[in-house]
Amino acid sequence: MMLLAVLSGFLMAFAVPALRRFAGQHIGWLLALLPASLTVYFASLVPSISRGEILLIENQWMPGLGITLDFMVDGLSLVFALLISGIGTFILIYAGSYLKGHKDLGRFYVIMLSFMASMLGLVLSDNLIAFFVFWELTSITSYMLIGFNHEDEEARKCALQGLFVTAGGGLVLMAGLILLGFITGSYSFTEILASDLQIQEHAFYTAATICILIGAFTKSAQVPFHFWLPNAMAAPTPVSAYLHSATMVKAGVYLLARLNPSLGGDALWSGSLMLFGAATMLTGAYLAFSSTGIKKVLAYSTVMALGTLTMLIGVGTELAITAFICFLLAHSLYKGALFMLAGALDHETGTKDITKMGGLRQSMPLTAAITCLAALSLAGLPPLFGFVAKELMLESLLKAPAWSLGLLVVAVASAMLVVAVAGLVAIKPFFGEVLKTPKQPHEAPFAMLIGPAVLSLLALIFGVVPFVPAGILLDAAISSVHGAAVETALALWHGVNVPLILSVVSLLIGSLLLYKWQRLQPNLCALNTAGSRFGPEAGYFRFMLGITQVADWQTRLLQNGVLGIYLLILVLVTFGLTGYTLLTRHGFELSFDFSDGYFYEFGIALLLVVSTLFACATRSRLGSVASVGVTGFGVALIFIHFSAPDLGITQLLVETLTVILLVLVLFKLPPFVNLSSPLERYRDLAVAVFAGIVMTLLILAAMDIQFFESISSYYIENSSELAFGKNIVNVILVDFRQLDTLGEIFVLGLAAIGVFSMIKFRAEDQHRP
Amino acid sequence: MATLMAYVIGLLFTASIYMMLRRSIVKLVIGLIILSNAANLLIFVVAGLTRGAPPLIAEGAQQITGTVADPLPQALILTAIVIAFSVLAFAVVLIRRAYEVVGTDDLDQMKDTDT
Amino acid sequence: MRSSSLILNTAALAIVPLQLMFSVFLLLRGHDEPGGGFIGGLVAASAFVLYAFAFGARSTLRLLRVSPRDILAAGLLFALASTIPALLSGQPLLTAHWWQFPLPGESYLKLSTVLIFDIGVYLAVLGTLMTFVISLMEVRE
Repeated sequence: MMLLAVLSGFLMAFAVPALRRFAGQHIGWLLALLPASLTVYFASLVPSISRGEILLIENQWMPGLGITLDFMVDGLSLVFALLISGIGTFILIYAGSYLKGHKDLGRFYVIMLSFMASMLGLVLSDNLIAFFVFWELTSITSYMLIGFNHEDEEARKCALQGLFVTAGGGLVLMAGLILLGFITGSYSFTEILASDLQIQEHAFYTAATICILIGAFTKSAQVPFHFWLPNAMAAPTPVSAYLHSATMVKAGVYLLARLNPSLGGDALWSGSLMLFGAATMLTGAYLAFSSTGIKKVLAYSTVMALGTLTMLIGVGTELAITAFICFLLAHSLYKGALFMLAGALDHETGTKDITKMGGLRQSMPLTAAITCLAALSLAGLPPLFGFVAKELMLESLLKAPAWSLGLLVVAVASAMLVVAVAGLVAIKPFFGEVLKTPKQPHEAPFAMLIGPAVLSLLALIFGVVPFVPAGILLDAAISSVHGAAVETALALWHGVNVPLILSVVSLLIGSLLLYKWQRLQPNLCALNTAGSRFGPEAGYFRFMLGITQVADWQTRLLQNGVLGIYLLILVLVTFGLTGYTLLTRHGFELSFDFSDGYFYEFGIALLLVVSTLFACATRSRLGSVASVGVTGFGVALIFIHFSAPDLGITQLLVETLTVILLVLVLFKLPPFVNLSSPLERYRDLAVAVFAGIVMTLLILAAMDIQFFESISSYYIENSSELAFGKNIVNVILVDFRQLDTLGEIFVLGLAAIGVFSMIKFRAEDQHRP
Repeated sequence: MATLMAYVIGLLFTASIYMMLRRSIVKLVIGLIILSNAANLLIFVVAGLTRGAPPLIAEGAQQITGTVADPLPQALILTAIVIAFSVLAFAVVLIRRAYEVVGTDDLDQMKDTDT
Repeated sequence: MRSSSLILNTAALAIVPLQLMFSVFLLLRGHDEPGGGFIGGLVAASAFVLYAFAFGARSTLRLLRVSPRDILAAGLLFALASTIPALLSGQPLLTAHWWQFPLPGESYLKLSTVLIFDIGVYLAVLGTLMTFVISLMEVRE
């Protein structure tokens, strides 16, 4: 059931083209049935989870590699699963209206459903490797969604940037996860969390932690990787609302929260989380305040929220974790709603620029009302859930065990800016004088308002009675992040205390900032443009340019089109490394003990040597081909003499056919001439002699060594009894190792078809007049 | 005998690599042929040389008594010989085709038409 | 291209049938004595190459009756078909199956998927080599 629930998105994605023909423009509503029913399914798990149980559903995937599709449901993953499926329902409805009549609507839904399934897999996976696979799947689907308008060059560039940053971080994360698996000896989250191993004291702890942090920071757009998220706003708005605010960017935070009980408690972990989280929080809030595009404003405020979440995990006290879960829920509710509303504004007015909107409350009263509600939550004002979360955050920072004052200052500064940002989003477009917009504005359609309305109302309800969601599920989630059972007593009103006073202060200063915004913003914008030359995004571009330059340089050096150089490098590297290993591990040993040979064996060896040298030295092509043939016959003689009759016969026949083939083909080519200079010849000769010496040493060393017991004895003993054959070589070929032979004759077939087509096309060229 | 063969095989490798580094494509082909012979001999010699005891079970018997040559490398080499031949055929035809298109058998000049 | 040498032509006419019979003999005895599909296929191919040198590619194609590529394809099909019995009986792919049929006298006719596979190898080798040689010779003509 759980497997089906996670994978149903992929299955549904296959059905989209057919459904689209069937449902026409109502496809959004039809597809939303899937996440809706998933929401119901996940909700049905709530009672047992809130009792503190952890569900583990086992599915095999690649048993040989220890990779499973086990799913683990605890409070944390269930909160995420509910957010993903719940918000997903509204997003799918919303997108049907937002992208109505778009020619690629079908493709959009295919990727969107695949993303939803990957995201569910990510938060529910118990296996580290499966987790990583789903993680990368979300990066890839995010890439395809950012670049959804693939005819727009800017969108393609932004999509690629997002992919490079998140997938690059993903690679580092994989290293971290494997190290973690190495430290704990298990690739299962449940087992890692349950083990009482002191991970912090392991030698690999620092490396594993840094790798995991880089992976999580890139995905969750922490400073200095935050620049990709605003650029991801090139995606259609439903994508921004879903992937880049409510779900995917929280994957990094999810990972941090998931591993907090195991990896946390160490100065490295909490220090870097607090440091980067606080920096991200302030940067995001500042950049949100200084932007004018409504989606950019929201994107930067998402960056700010992600920073807050990271910081709260870093603080790590019970109170901080409570604030973390509440802030996570509050943010998903209001930010998803605000993005959808921003999309509605864009859709109805034709502009994304806040400065060009004004007085829209008359033409879009419903949109205005819902936006105000959601923005109240963003600003952290009562009686919305955002207020509860913000008060908790301030209180937990007050009582933080380390850096309390510094974090508090940063948090209050961000809170001021966010108040101003909330005002920007809610007041600027809807109040004041009416500005003329590119499109005549009118109320957004029902499908685009239902989602924001429900989410905002939930934020309001949760705000008034915060103990209800806490009792149902949040306590369980807090417990799973904190690593020990937690009972909370959330309330909207705590009386007049320090956090409340700080809130009031930030509200007042924030309002002042909002009032001055029109004067401040252009200056800030100029400052940002000047500063961006040194920012991390400039670093990203310089890095990408550097990669191309290095690629260019090494291609010129190594792949310059001259076959001789390729071979030279190949030979030198291969034989250099082999020779080095041989000398260091085995030593230089030459043996001249030829006493075990019969005189006619020396004859065969002499034949080989002379014919090979003649083949190289002669200036006649026919002579060269003939003496190579003689070498081949010499090899056949060796095979026959040393107990390999099958080989001898084969070698003889093949050698004959080779000579025939060469005669057929090569004599259309010009005769031998010396093309290279003497210097090049001596260089090549030196390289070749070096390779030959290494091979000789290798053979001499290899003859006395046997690393493994040969499997030949099995073949020799069982050839007659099991395979009813007396010629063991043939039995190996057609019975014991039949699959190899099957592969080989297919290679033969490929070569034949290749030769045939090359000659055939040539013939056709000639017939052409 | 194996010691002697080690030197012979070293010579074969030297010859083949030298020939493959030449700029003339015909010499490249010759080098390829010698290389496959050298590689096959290498496997054969390293696995151990046994005189006069082919891996065949006598008529009527169920088991081999006494030492016998190792059948596994022989099976490997047998397939290698045939594969090497078909690869060689492919390479030879490809080279001739390239010669016809480019009009030179100088490998250094072939790179310029790499479009 | 047709050789003008009377000796070659006459010798080819005498040798080719013998060589072909020998190749089949090598194929069938291959399981117990030196021989088998690879060697048999090579011997058969050299028989046809000899014929082609004596009488030209066209006549060789007429003698073969089918295109060399069809022989190759038939070989691959034979090899694949030898896996079917194992597939049908639910054993791992490529498990060998043996059937014995009593013949008059003391002897048995041993048939097996291994033999079918070896025939496939024989045909594939023959088809590949004939494709090489015939297409190259056709260009020269």
